[in-house]
Amino acid sequence: MNHATRRGNATFGVLLVLIGVSIAILNAVAFHPGAGTQWTKRTEHVHTLEDGSDVRWTEHEAVSVKEGREMAALQQDAAPLLSRTAGLWGAAILTLCIFSFLLGDNPLYKAAEAIVVGASAAYWMVIGFWETIVPNLFAGLFPDWTRANFMPKLSAEASVDFLLLIPLALSVLLLLRLAPKIGWISRWPTAFIIGVFCGLRFISSLEADFLSQIGPTIKPLIVMGENGFDLESSFSNIVLVLGTLVCLVYFFFSVEHKGAVGKVARSGIWMLMITFGAAFGYTVMGRIALLAGRFEFLFDDWLWLIDPKDAHPAQVFLQTIAPMLT
Amino acid sequence: MMKRTIPMLLAMAAGIVMILAYFFPPLTPLQDKTTVWFNILAAVAFILGGGNLLKVHLKKVSDRREGWAYSMITLAAFVGVLAIGLFKIGVNPLDEFPDQRMAGDFRAEGSGFWYVYEYVFAPLTATIFSMLAFYVASAAFRAFRAKNLEAILLLGTAFVILLGRTAAGVFLTDFLPEEGMLANFRLENLTVWIMNNPVTAGNRAIMIGIALGTASVSLKILLGVDRSYLGGGD
Repeated sequence: MNHATRRGNATFGVLLVLIGVSIAILNAVAFHPGAGTQWTKRTEHVHTLEDGSDVRWTEHEAVSVKEGREMAALQQDAAPLLSRTAGLWGAAILTLCIFSFLLGDNPLYKAAEAIVVGASAAYWMVIGFWETIVPNLFAGLFPDWTRANFMPKLSAEASVDFLLLIPLALSVLLLLRLAPKIGWISRWPTAFIIGVFCGLRFISSLEADFLSQIGPTIKPLIVMGENGFDLESSFSNIVLVLGTLVCLVYFFFSVEHKGAVGKVARSGIWMLMITFGAAFGYTVMGRIALLAGRFEFLFDDWLWLIDPKDAHPAQVFLQTIAPMLT
Repeated sequence: MMKRTIPMLLAMAAGIVMILAYFFPPLTPLQDKTTVWFNILAAVAFILGGGNLLKVHLKKVSDRREGWAYSMITLAAFVGVLAIGLFKIGVNPLDEFPDQRMAGDFRAEGSGFWYVYEYVFAPLTATIFSMLAFYVASAAFRAFRAKNLEAILLLGTAFVILLGRTAAGVFLTDFLPEEGMLANFRLENLTVWIMNNPVTAGNRAIMIGIALGTASVSLKILLGVDRSYLGGGD
């Protein structure tokens, strides 16, 4: 692809996003007023502390537009929420930015991709911090401080576990990987991680993946049912048992795949091809389901052009198209 | 000694404790403790990853290398999400502990981190994965030309599975009876049979192979035969 074509594709990609957003704004103003709005039900919380001061906060629970309007009509506290509406529009624009890659690499796609990288790294760091480091390390080493600040439900009897100084020290050593001159010391915690993982997987893979796979494979090749010989079950068992065996022969590389072994190994390849074909079919289906989910987000939640969940009142698009189709 | 022998002994000790605990139940508390330590280190590894990301992108920005503007966006997204998550921005306190804002659930609906997940992380990752639907279709068109028996089997199975799991499959073979031998050839039944028999056979062989491979690699590492994880140098 030459430079001019790439530039053309990039322009098309950016145009796709801009046109999409323009249509959405036009749609929200002229055709489906309020499209993309997010409604919430509000609950006010007021608590009086021991010193007499009040602590207040508002909790928002998502409701559909239809439910929200019904609640508002009944004088209940439901209304559109600007921050969530802005969030939904932002999500829709980011979705279009990613889809623009279909027309070629472009700055908007690259920007969205950069956001994914940064946000993902921080996302998993935050999850690891609050769900593993705080309850397992901080709560064990500084129980009073952790209880006072982060985990009020932590048992008052929890005592300091000095053994946790070992993973704390190993954690510090692991982070030293970022320092080039003494980065080698991170081999110690890395070795610990690898050792534990090997020990865990050694047992679990033999128990769950090896032994438990062999047991259900030992099946009778001739099945006798209530009415005598059961052809269907026998054929299924033969395929299962022989199929597993021929695949295993294919994976056995200590003997050269020649002559009889070669022929058996070749039938193992056929069996594996069927397995990969099924895996491929499921992968395609999974991706198409995800794609349908994204289109539903764009056309239902954002633009209100369709309404499969009966969540908002606008169905003008379908009402117009349906008579044409029938 | 410090760079190779000690880490190797550490790996051996940690791994052997995990294996022995399976056979000697009195060692289970030690195994549980080691597992907690392992989880802590795995979480710290995410921090290491984040630190590395910062290092790489800050260098790119400071050197004004090609694409440095995107690195700025990455850094902004990283720092923003990190601050929102670690400082629990937008998190409401728990009703039982109204004076402890930092005790609230950081993933609760309406919290800053919830916004990040709902409106940035989930839509972006789902869209990226969904785009594979387009590329997998074009790749399949190029790669799976039915030029030999293996390709025919792969393509045929994928086709049957795709049809059999949708309404189209039921519709196409609706003329076949619902009971008896011929019922097995209805696409929805054929799909189930393929999944339960030849696919299970293939998967089992793969699982057995993986299990044996994992066990042998684990043993090699724990016995000090394989030291590749220690990297090069002394």
